[in-house]
Amino acid sequence: MDILLQQIVSGLATGGIYGSVALALVMIHEATGVVNYAQGEMAMFSTYLAWSMLNAGAPYWLAFFATLVIAFVGGLVIERVVIRPVEGGSILTIVIVCIGLLFILNSMAGWIYSYIQKPFPSPFSDKPLRIGNVYFGAHDVGALGVTLIMLFGLYAFFRFTTLGLAMRAAAQNPTSSRLCGIRVGWMLALGWGLAALVGAVAGMMVAPIVFLDPNMMSGILIYAFASATLGGFTSPGGAVLGGLIVGVIENLAGTYVRFIGTELKLTVALAVILVVLLVRPSGLFGRAAVHRV
Amino acid sequence: MALLEVRDLQAQYGPTEVLHGISFAVEEGGIATILGANGAGKTTTLRALCGMVRTRGEIRFDGRSITGRATEDVIRLGIAHVPEGRGTFVELTVEENLRLGAYGRASKGDLAEDLRRAYEYFPVLAERRRQTAGTLSGGEQQMLAVARGLMLNPRLLLLDEPSLGLAPMVVREIFRIVRSINRERHVSVLLVEQNATLALRLADRAYLMETGRVVMSGSADELRENDTVRRAYLGY
Repeated sequence: MDILLQQIVSGLATGGIYGSVALALVMIHEATGVVNYAQGEMAMFSTYLAWSMLNAGAPYWLAFFATLVIAFVGGLVIERVVIRPVEGGSILTIVIVCIGLLFILNSMAGWIYSYIQKPFPSPFSDKPLRIGNVYFGAHDVGALGVTLIMLFGLYAFFRFTTLGLAMRAAAQNPTSSRLCGIRVGWMLALGWGLAALVGAVAGMMVAPIVFLDPNMMSGILIYAFASATLGGFTSPGGAVLGGLIVGVIENLAGTYVRFIGTELKLTVALAVILVVLLVRPSGLFGRAAVHRV
Repeated sequence: MALLEVRDLQAQYGPTEVLHGISFAVEEGGIATILGANGAGKTTTLRALCGMVRTRGEIRFDGRSITGRATEDVIRLGIAHVPEGRGTFVELTVEENLRLGAYGRASKGDLAEDLRRAYEYFPVLAERRRQTAGTLSGGEQQMLAVARGLMLNPRLLLLDEPSLGLAPMVVREIFRIVRSINRERHVSVLLVEQNATLALRLADRAYLMETGRVVMSGSADELRENDTVRRAYLGY
């Protein structure tokens, strides 16, 4: 029973990270209709920047917030410089640009920082937390906390601020948004900035668990795809919940289903994607795409 | 002086020219209407004013040339465009739709006061303020679209076929409100309509379009009494 609880909490912690990356994917997908395959690498690269600052002696939270700012600006610049010119193009064009971005960021990280795994510190104590008779990893609980704070912050931003409202409007109905005086292009760029910021948080929270290396996010991106598919690619809240569910399923399957273990864990994500696409293609909370004929 | 003055306006979709040099004006505080059948170029004319299609010619608003400006920038000058099809943000609430209408205005002013005034013109929207806009009826969505335009505190209101697909009673109600907005708020109006009877009753100046050209213009009374207009557009 205690082990089960521990595994659930640890699953929620990684699930929160999957959910964050899934949310970043959904945000860009809702706004532009494309999946940003470079989302994971953007997060990885941000985490390396944090690592550089920490290595230079910066205190953890200073490096953390500085990284968020850099990631936000970086995401914005990427949209303006790389995505903007192909915005009106076919989906395939944008997808290929995103994949190109993936390889560029990956190789750049490898070139600058090498492919050797680096330990990345956790801001939380390494002593486990004891609640009753159950011990929880402090980083698991802390990462879950950080993720939840970020998600509530985003929710409040989109729900209660005029800028957040304008961003939602621009994603839904660009023509009408222009007629309200909204600069739609900038809203898309802001969306990329925010998605990059969310990814950076996920990267810094997952790095202490998986170690930092240029390929650290590739597996996580697949879990994020599974999460977004499960929750529905059109539902930000669904993507986060999907992430938590995938995280828990993955962890429990790894612990209790003997033949899965750690080696076959990633397969769980693919199984989730397959089952959802067969049973309920729009996901738990997504809208089914309806076309008027 | 004319608030909006258009001279020799041409517009094209891709290689196809659909407006072949039209001229018209909207007086400060006046209501002008552009009449015409389907495909005459009425909607394109409004889209051209707001930089939504490729245009040539001259558009002057308040004495300044605005030809070729981006849509957002035209709107920010105080030109509210209530588009064909209403342009509702269907997944947002009624109140969020209205708040968006105020997004592009020059002075932020008192948002709560403007919301209250919009609800005064359209009480049914006040009842539905927290409802998703997609759940409104066609007439209510048209009212929402006009109210959204009003939230800009515009000097000029462009209305694209507000009567389309609505019950006659609802249409009369909307036209009545447009008239009071024009009188009480001193908003000039450019109305594009197929329903010539109603439009001529509301407007003081009228233009008749056929296949991308203005073929007749005059006061609303002149057009109402013109035999051609009567036979072809008023149906008696």
